[in-house]
Amino acid sequence: MDFAELSLYSQAVLLLAGLIALTSFLMLGQSRLVRLVLVFAIQGILLAATTAMVAGVLDFPHLYISAGLSFLLKGILIPVMLHRMIYRLGLHRELDTIEHPARVMMGGAFLVVFSYYVSLPVVAHSPLVTLNAIAVSLAVVLLGMLLMITRRQAVAHVVGFMSIENGLFFAAVVSTYGMPMVVELGIAADVLVAAVVFGVFFFQIRESIDSLDVDRLSKLTEVDKP
Amino acid sequence: MAWLMAILQTLLFIALAPLLSGWIKRVKCRLQNRKAPSLFQPYRDLRKLYRKQPIVPHPASWIFRAAPYIVFASAVLAAATVPLAAIHLPTARIADVIVLVGFFALGRMFLVLAGMDVGTAFGGMGSSREMTISSLAEPAMLMAVFTLAMSAHTTNLSQAVNFVLDTGLVLRPSFVFALGGLMLVAIAETGRIPVDNPATHLELTMIHEAMILEYSGRWLALIEWASQIKLMLYGVLIANIFFPWGIAQTFTVNALALGLGVITLKLAVLAVMLAVSEVLFAKMRIFRVQEYLSFAYLLSVLGMLSHIILEAAR
Repeated sequence: MDFAELSLYSQAVLLLAGLIALTSFLMLGQSRLVRLVLVFAIQGILLAATTAMVAGVLDFPHLYISAGLSFLLKGILIPVMLHRMIYRLGLHRELDTIEHPARVMMGGAFLVVFSYYVSLPVVAHSPLVTLNAIAVSLAVVLLGMLLMITRRQAVAHVVGFMSIENGLFFAAVVSTYGMPMVVELGIAADVLVAAVVFGVFFFQIRESIDSLDVDRLSKLTEVDKP
Repeated sequence: MAWLMAILQTLLFIALAPLLSGWIKRVKCRLQNRKAPSLFQPYRDLRKLYRKQPIVPHPASWIFRAAPYIVFASAVLAAATVPLAAIHLPTARIADVIVLVGFFALGRMFLVLAGMDVGTAFGGMGSSREMTISSLAEPAMLMAVFTLAMSAHTTNLSQAVNFVLDTGLVLRPSFVFALGGLMLVAIAETGRIPVDNPATHLELTMIHEAMILEYSGRWLALIEWASQIKLMLYGVLIANIFFPWGIAQTFTVNALALGLGVITLKLAVLAVMLAVSEVLFAKMRIFRVQEYLSFAYLLSVLGMLSHIILEAAR
């Protein structure tokens, strides 16, 4: 079936999938932490919108709950928490240096191609139309990992981690139309707890090494040995 | 008859280009709480410049004298290829996007040569900057065009517009990305605010104005007019490829009048968007332009990838 013959709803879901991938790329290139958190919030809202759209058309009322949950948690609560933490730690003016931004972006594009290649056999075995987006969800997971690798700030690592979770959630929505409600509630609680624990960790790391630059965690001594 | 239409459309294009930049200036002034000049001020400026005598610097060669005409002619030829109010014109046979990019490149090359010809520091600096930016913008633009071509199976503008009209409203992710990429490229190529400031004449950061600093009189008028045509070209390109609804497909009076009205409306809306973005954003440092343009390129690449991944036939 050609793309133009799909229903507008499926087209919209696929369009949202493209936009979610775009937000992942934006996060990869964003060196200011406050804006990084903002883009993360936008990704959460897009994710919630996708879920709500799937719920509305397929008439799966339990997906509305998970849409609302992800909107509240990933769109508002966690970004607000991270935002506050950035201000309390005094990091809102700091620039996280990205080494070789163009190379990181090209790496990200390569990851998208890679996840497309990996998901080809999966897509071939299913009649589900929205399954085309599974490559995108895999790419979001990998891009989140890339974000964690390329950054030094602990806050950016947390955002990368949460965006990996976004990718997994998105994969569940487009491939099986949502996980069982128990699993979803459990994961939501986990993510919330993780956000709180990360907050505690930020202060711990900062007290012990006086910075949130995790590259300094790889040294055992404070003074550089000659 | 059809050829007459094509010539008429090109003339209309050239005649309306200053009006568009007058409209942008007016919206911008309103947004900044300033008193706006008349909509027809660009025409008056052009007439004033045209009456004045051009002055040729001593070291100038024939390139300096020929460049304004070549720049203007390439802009007019480019305007002839783009469908403004109607498709299926006889010029549609050469209305290829790659030809269009070639016309832009021809005009730009002579402008750059003219900037370096006199040998002033400003001219050389502006020329080198223009070339840097265009070498980054051109791949992004071509990539966006190729993304379109993958859906429409053609790089011919007229046929691409026809394709979009035939398929009706389809939410293609690749088109959204290509639209974003093309808009960013259009802002960079026409020298609008985050990349270059069109309203400045003596600043170290200027690009376009630095190249044409030595020009005066009717030559300056021709170059200014050409850049106004270029701005309108990008506007028409974006409006007609992505939102072609209303464009005339037959040569009846009603259809043509509707096409003209609709394209005027679309250009007016695009101009308001441009003015708002110019008011909201500050000019970038010149070294950040490459980040901006690599983002445009990334958008185009994502468009192509999403065409392959998300729009695959099942």
